[in-house]
Amino acid sequence: MSLPPITANWFALRGWRPRAHQMAMLDVATKGRHALLTAPTGAGKTLAGFLPSLADLATTPHDGLHTLYISPLKALAVDVQRNLLTPIAEMGLDITVETRTGDTPSDRKARQKARPPQILLTTPESLAILLSAPESLSMMAGVRRVIIDEIHAFGTTKRGDQLSLCLARLQKLAPALQRVGLSATIADPESWAGWLAPDADAAAVEIVRAEAGVDPEIDILAIDDRIPWGGHNGRYAARAVMQQIARSRLAIVFVNTRAVAELVFRDLWAENDEALPIGIHHGSLAPEARRKVEAAMAAGRLRAIVATASLDLGLDWGDVDLVIQMGAPKGASRLLQRTGRANHRMDEASRCLIVPGNRFEFLEALAARDAVAAGELDPDGFRPGGLDVLAQHVVGLVAAAPIHPDELYAEVRSAAPFAGLTRDAFDRVLDYAATGGYALKAYERYQRIVAGRDGLLRLRSAALARQWRMNSGTIVEAVAMNVVFGTGKPGRHGRKLGQVEEYFAGQLRVGDSFMFAGQTLEVTGFDGADIHVRLGRGSPKVPVYAGGRMPMTTRLAARVRGLMNARDRWAAMPDDVREWLELQARVSRLPGHDDVLVETFARDGRWYMAVYGFAGHPAHQTLGMLVTQRMERAGLMPLGFVASDYAMVCWSLEPVDDPRPLFDPTVLEDELADWLAASPFLRRAFREVAIIGGLIERVQPGVQKSGKAMSVSADLIYDVLRKHQPDHLLLTAAWTDARGKLTDVARLADLLEQAHGRLTHVRAAHVTPLAVPSMLTIGRERVGAEADSALLAEAEALIAEALRLD
Amino acid sequence: MDVAFSFAGETLVPLASGALFWPAEATLLVADLHLEKASHFAKKGWLLPPHATADTLAALIDAVEASGATRLICLGDSFHDQGGPDRLLPEARSALQLMTRNLDWWWITGNHDEDAAAALGGRVMTETRLGPFVLRHEADAADRAPELSGHFHPKLVIRVRSRHIARRCFALSATKLILPAFGAFTGGLDVADPALKSALAGPAEALVLDGGRLLRFPVV
Repeated sequence: MSLPPITANWFALRGWRPRAHQMAMLDVATKGRHALLTAPTGAGKTLAGFLPSLADLATTPHDGLHTLYISPLKALAVDVQRNLLTPIAEMGLDITVETRTGDTPSDRKARQKARPPQILLTTPESLAILLSAPESLSMMAGVRRVIIDEIHAFGTTKRGDQLSLCLARLQKLAPALQRVGLSATIADPESWAGWLAPDADAAAVEIVRAEAGVDPEIDILAIDDRIPWGGHNGRYAARAVMQQIARSRLAIVFVNTRAVAELVFRDLWAENDEALPIGIHHGSLAPEARRKVEAAMAAGRLRAIVATASLDLGLDWGDVDLVIQMGAPKGASRLLQRTGRANHRMDEASRCLIVPGNRFEFLEALAARDAVAAGELDPDGFRPGGLDVLAQHVVGLVAAAPIHPDELYAEVRSAAPFAGLTRDAFDRVLDYAATGGYALKAYERYQRIVAGRDGLLRLRSAALARQWRMNSGTIVEAVAMNVVFGTGKPGRHGRKLGQVEEYFAGQLRVGDSFMFAGQTLEVTGFDGADIHVRLGRGSPKVPVYAGGRMPMTTRLAARVRGLMNARDRWAAMPDDVREWLELQARVSRLPGHDDVLVETFARDGRWYMAVYGFAGHPAHQTLGMLVTQRMERAGLMPLGFVASDYAMVCWSLEPVDDPRPLFDPTVLEDELADWLAASPFLRRAFREVAIIGGLIERVQPGVQKSGKAMSVSADLIYDVLRKHQPDHLLLTAAWTDARGKLTDVARLADLLEQAHGRLTHVRAAHVTPLAVPSMLTIGRERVGAEADSALLAEAEALIAEALRLD
Repeated sequence: MDVAFSFAGETLVPLASGALFWPAEATLLVADLHLEKASHFAKKGWLLPPHATADTLAALIDAVEASGATRLICLGDSFHDQGGPDRLLPEARSALQLMTRNLDWWWITGNHDEDAAAALGGRVMTETRLGPFVLRHEADAADRAPELSGHFHPKLVIRVRSRHIARRCFALSATKLILPAFGAFTGGLDVADPALKSALAGPAEALVLDGGRLLRFPVV
């Protein structure tokens, strides 16, 4: 297909030529096929997605909705202005474009149902709600195209499950619908084509690859050849980072967690002698605060911004010419994506500087740089869709129109994540939506759908539709309290700065100060879900946020092992790292390419065991629980353990003489079941699935339930179900989640197999060089009922001895 | 019976569940059952399933059967609120009524529940005497007579070899014995908390049952 004259002229007027991949997208659209475009940042990806719609609308009149555009970001305005509204205006086209998100006023939403625009920009959450409305059946019937931007941000998440189910519904309402995925450079486009396609049929999708940009320049910072023993965040390097910022136009300083963002921001200001304007951006800041920083960036008023993954995606803000990654990047794809935030032109190299937090992280940074240079990205771990998401979705579909279970089953299975869903599992989901599960039969509110005499499923009452809309969505935030600034006077409303997690808020008292939004804030009072604050001073606490840490990827781990075993590479490493490796080789040994090194040594009246699994933090955490449980049974009286991405270190009252039995892979499943059930992971996972699955409400009509109450009731329902209905659908769903990202059981199983075959045990005379970074890791876990008993008895005996009068 | 201890000349046996058995009187004492706490919160819109009561009652039945007690005394706050007895599910209600019929059942009233439990059978009293003991819900520091009470939900919090350990415990002074909470979903108060210390009216010990042994810790 050629461009219609109106569009061709527009390119010509701007002195541009359509790029090859933009023309290819037009071509695929003409053939009526689904398309997946992979392109580096700066390649005109979003425009390439919209061009076929514009071309079609420019030449063929179309009543009603023509194209749906779905973005992972609610803040669509900036990008869309440039990629859609400006071209439409400059081409002189008469096309209506509107957005629909959680922020859209309800009168406009109602009007959109009656008279939809030709192009509607929305999010998966808002689309799901729209599809629960009876009007959606006619509204969607004529839709030609659905564009999913940043598709790589969706596929392996619950948002992706929800989106995929929505696509299945759209396809049913509009059978000729073309699906279009836009993606950053990804390791495995064929798998993504399968995710995008109806019935997971990858052959129905044409993959369009944009030409690659110039290779990025990635450096690793080592000040005077020094790299510290411990730490994760590169905070020691604040002065050097500040110097880099001073030499750049605009730098993004990426950190791996929100707490570290606050700390690094403070460190940078302490070194900011020239008072350069530096901002902060993370997911717990209020949306208005984030918009303000983004606008300042776009307007060129900032020189640097400290950011978390909240800036990973999408929009181009300002003229970034340097990305600084504090701490190890954890994956090659992530490093490449973050590096791409610098410099959005394809013909110039993006620049990135990695600041490793410790010596292991130096190796990891080097491994990530090697991987990017070799074009080896991390594959995405596709998994079956969440049953909690499905439970939510079926209630929404039933709200739109009565439907027969067989028809619903067929529709659901056409969504790729649910392609393998058995009828039995599907029926369990329906049963849950109909009864809540037998342990909860006492509560009528859990009975949401009912089958009529005609066999069709209906909502039990109309009021449930409203309740469903208010609780739908797959993003579950941690229980949080609002941070509100500048109030305390009656009748005056403060300004909301953002949120801190309830767990952290619970430790705050009036007069305490904490770091937030780059400031030191002092607590002046509490009011419901609000913490009132004013500017403070003194030594502030740092808010703790659960989760958010990504584990090092498997491919990167293999490269780190490779570097340890490639002595020819050591010479180019900083002195600190090279000497560290040499010393380790002398006093113990280095981990091989595919063995498991285990070291034991005594220190401070305790026995230590260090296990180098390179399996990532979650798997090592699980290993720690498993191994200490086995030690407990063996009477070794374990006291605790700590996990890092590279190793797990545990300590006990008795020494481990033979580690091999502790790594026996055979009874893994039974033991996992035992401790996972009692662990906080399953509890945490359950809270999420209980909210998504509709067991716990986010909000009650008229009342915002306090976060505390919500987490309490999630915990209690969890206890009850475990005891009275252990096969409850949502426990199954929580179990699946906990086994996945929280505990990484698959990687643990691999690690145990590896240890079973190739375990090397070194009895060291004292703590070894390799053990130190892990032992300095924060986040120690305590274990051991036996040790508790031993210590209680010890304490009692000691006290009795001290109190003896003779 | 090696975990038994002596108080005011009587031999008493603490149980791991938090109950106290008095063999000479064939009497089992429990404090702070907080029955129907979940349904109390459900009224406020926090929907908790109604199984906490069943769990607590099951533990109570186990304790009665294991000890062979013929009298059962609840030391107050047996229900989380005055309306609790009306919200009992049928099975829980009949289980309780069966027990109050077959045992010599005494309800001491607490600050949460007053006399609402009377409808379920058994005797209701604000405080009473049995043998050398005064039985009441909340310890009275001014009363010098030996006393058994509940109310505070005491627990021991201790630090050993840089490790924190917390366990529910019995708090014992020369004239007072305060029982831990028996109910499911009940929190606890550090036995060294000033409120508890002043209630104990003098030097006291925390008694912890651990693996079939009774450990004693001075409260400081």
